[in-house]
Amino acid sequence: MEDLLRMPARELGRKIREGELKAPDVAGCYLERIRKAEPHIHAFISVDEGKAAARAKEVEEGIREGRYRGPLAGVPVAVKDNICTKGIRTTCGSRMLENFVPSYDAEVVSRMERQGMILLGKTNMDEFAMGSTTETSVFETTVNPWNKRHVPGGSSGGSCAAVASGEVPLALGSDTGGSIRQPAAYCGVCGLKPTYGTVSRYGLIAYASSLDQIGPVGRTVDDCAVLYEAIAGTDEKDSTSTGTGGGRCSEDVFLTEPGCLKGMRIGIPREYLSDGIDEEVKNAITDAVRLMEANGADAEYFSLEMAEYAIPAYYIIACAEASSNLERFDGVKYGYRSRADAELHEMYKKSRQEGFGEEVKRRILLGSFVLSSGYYDAYYLKALKAKALMKEAFDRAFEKYDCIVAPASPTTAPEVGTSLSDPLKMYLSDIYTVSVNLCGLPAVSLPCAVDSRGLPVGMQFIGARFQDRKVLRTAAVYEQLRGTFPAAWEKEGM
Amino acid sequence: MARQYETVIGLEVHIELSTETKIFCGCSAKFGGAPNTHTCPVCTGMPGSLPVLNEKVVEYALRLGLAANCKINQYCRFDRKNYFYPDNPQNYQISQLYLPICYDGYLDIPAAGGTKRIRIHEMHMEEDAGKLLHDEWEDCSLVDYNRSGVPLVEIVSEPDMRTAEEVIAYLEKLRMVCRYLEISDCKLQEGSMRVDVNLSVREAGSSELGVRTEMKNLNSFKAIAHAIEGERERQTELLEEGRKVVQETRRWDDNKETSFAMRSKEDAKDYRYFPDPDLPPVLISRDMIRELRGRQPEFKEERARRYQEEYKLPAYDAGLLTQSKRLADIFEDTAKLSGHPKKTANWLMGEGLRILKEKGMEPEELTFTPRHLADLIQAAERGEISQKNARTVFEQIVESDIEPLAYMKEQGLMTVSDSDAVHTAIEEVLAENQKAVEEYRSGKEKVLGFLVGQVMRKMKGKADPGKVNELLDEALRKQPHMFLMKGVQEESNRRKTDDA
Repeated sequence: MEDLLRMPARELGRKIREGELKAPDVAGCYLERIRKAEPHIHAFISVDEGKAAARAKEVEEGIREGRYRGPLAGVPVAVKDNICTKGIRTTCGSRMLENFVPSYDAEVVSRMERQGMILLGKTNMDEFAMGSTTETSVFETTVNPWNKRHVPGGSSGGSCAAVASGEVPLALGSDTGGSIRQPAAYCGVCGLKPTYGTVSRYGLIAYASSLDQIGPVGRTVDDCAVLYEAIAGTDEKDSTSTGTGGGRCSEDVFLTEPGCLKGMRIGIPREYLSDGIDEEVKNAITDAVRLMEANGADAEYFSLEMAEYAIPAYYIIACAEASSNLERFDGVKYGYRSRADAELHEMYKKSRQEGFGEEVKRRILLGSFVLSSGYYDAYYLKALKAKALMKEAFDRAFEKYDCIVAPASPTTAPEVGTSLSDPLKMYLSDIYTVSVNLCGLPAVSLPCAVDSRGLPVGMQFIGARFQDRKVLRTAAVYEQLRGTFPAAWEKEGM
Repeated sequence: MARQYETVIGLEVHIELSTETKIFCGCSAKFGGAPNTHTCPVCTGMPGSLPVLNEKVVEYALRLGLAANCKINQYCRFDRKNYFYPDNPQNYQISQLYLPICYDGYLDIPAAGGTKRIRIHEMHMEEDAGKLLHDEWEDCSLVDYNRSGVPLVEIVSEPDMRTAEEVIAYLEKLRMVCRYLEISDCKLQEGSMRVDVNLSVREAGSSELGVRTEMKNLNSFKAIAHAIEGERERQTELLEEGRKVVQETRRWDDNKETSFAMRSKEDAKDYRYFPDPDLPPVLISRDMIRELRGRQPEFKEERARRYQEEYKLPAYDAGLLTQSKRLADIFEDTAKLSGHPKKTANWLMGEGLRILKEKGMEPEELTFTPRHLADLIQAAERGEISQKNARTVFEQIVESDIEPLAYMKEQGLMTVSDSDAVHTAIEEVLAENQKAVEEYRSGKEKVLGFLVGQVMRKMKGKADPGKVNELLDEALRKQPHMFLMKGVQEESNRRKTDDA
């Protein structure tokens, strides 16, 4: 069984396809793992064992009948709870949507379904994806499988913890300002934030529409690549959908020799290794850079202009959009309605007051403020201008470098209960991830070391728009150089 | 000396576009339907749903903009207008503020001594809201989202109108243009045309605008005219008394024939407009504009001119028929099919408009087949039906689009062409009305009409009155000395011999 839990997704798929493994057995094995790990990890909000088992049986038949031929047919997956699943409640980690059951599937869910993947459950997250620790969820507190006193990161903390603890081989997260990459780093797994527009947002409950992007989480770069292929592509239901810019991450792309870094130009923003970064994280990154250099890469430290404006621009734009996106949660059509007997506007106020948590309310207030008349030009428009300038700065950087390497977070996972009391500090910790969303870039986060407390350190490979495959390929080469990273659950002996 | 005042009026008109589907989803945009049957996750604001622009809406808005001489924003965008109300499922309306699709246009309206130009500030695309249904019995409100997401164009005029007549003329012009473009049916009662009136009053000669009010809930031209008159008086009185007009939104009450200030929800509305991140900018190419310009229909003025030339219609007829595209289309098809343009015009303008007025219908509601009217006109021209019976048949055509020839046969409305029957009837009438015959012969030619009427009565109206007239006149001339007592049969026999 442990072999099965350690098996890369592509291999798992191949064995199921070839009949060496049966989809119901694989699903059963992971469901058993969930039963065993969940009491400690709390990565899931909902798990429907019956449904998953029935589905696995159906897919198994489908594979034998030739209806499912894709590389992931029969492979289990978990989905973050802000992605709509028809008939399965989708809560966004909020009291507001505690009992919300969507009437339709998100496009990514339909795609995985068509390819015969088995949905095991919905994972915990920061409320409406607002937070960096998964602690703002109104449901249980997910813990870091590496050390249960620490947070898994967020907002896709449930998805990353589920993969890290061996509860699923693959999961979907969403990344608005680092929400896949940072928890992937904290949990020692791999996560991809794809180029904006390459994965349909249809059915993703929006936080900040211009920044949100669904992406894969897996144990390895190749796990992410194979799931990315399954979900990416043009969707006419999403007007911001762009397609992937052609090509596929074919299997052989990842069977590269270490020598493949020869001639690869890598840039490291100096600004990302100066103020506020943990010394151990900094050293882990510079060590990784040296390893790549030793294997043929051309590495260079450079100055990334506009870097200091990323955090304010991000929080202004994200909160502005959130304030509007979250208006629909008013107690009228679905979701939480206050029991207080009140007239319409009072009902709105009470329902939202009681239905949303502190962090969500803070961001709605901030966003409403920056959009209000008299402040729009001073804040929102300025932030858009900063965003445009940042894009230009990255464009210039990508004229010189194939990839930018950066830390995923200034620190490793903090302890549970230490972050929410100082929101500003928490916001500032997004420094290395938010620019990628503002500029619509693809970025992979994967572990590069373990710190002295035994927690994983994450590193990002950032590419130019539509260079998702190049970024994945580079990261895969680095991953080979780095060597196998231990799985948390093996380490913990869970 | 009494001060003179001038009324200044600008309009915000919403037009519901008659596209098959809604502006941001594939649901039907048709009026009506059982509540919440024309809905999907997008138009009910379900979490995670996303809007996708219906390109037809852009096309319709552009065609209206071009017809109203507007400039086009080739790079335009949608913005979110944020406000909480249950008929608005997302609590924001997708509209256009910063870069509306059309701007700086005008429409010329008929005015005393020629035309007057009403400038158009802008036109923008937006989505309609759902409808709230208040259940008095249960004391609750229900929402119907069938209308949510139906495409609208809002046309904002400059404050260029001064009287209710000008306002009505502008609205009629706008409605006519939309109908010629076939982009909206513009029905005020059904809400496919909605008018908000912005009105202020100032001292005559002043160049500064007074404080304005906005009036809503105006469901007919009559209501608009009354509301303008009432508001003009109200504001003038305030100013006369040295008081101030308050800038506010007022709701017209059609039953009470007066307007009331609406309760303001917040002190100052801040819609927190910002570009909708779910919708990329709309890029309109020069080619697209050129292509649409080339596809614009022939509007009223051109058409009226052509009718005068091509069908030799008097200017009055051409003007009247082209008031409505539907009427003009029916005219042209019927004229071509029947080969009698002037007769066609007469039918439509006389009987046609009379029936519409009687039934309170608009020309747009005419649905009959032009072929049917053409058949009727031709039958009448051939003398196969009397004018009076033809009117009955025409009514049936308008009402239920009957096939006239079949109907005439079925109802026995055909003129009897058998001249024997007419002759018999004439002889009978002459025999029965000796006094009238004598009068006629003594020079009282007026009685001829009476005799014709008598013959027609005997024929139950199925004779061609012209023919009867002719034959009767002939009969009266032919037998100046015949004794009136002479038997009808004898006379008839004689005629037969003569003919032989």
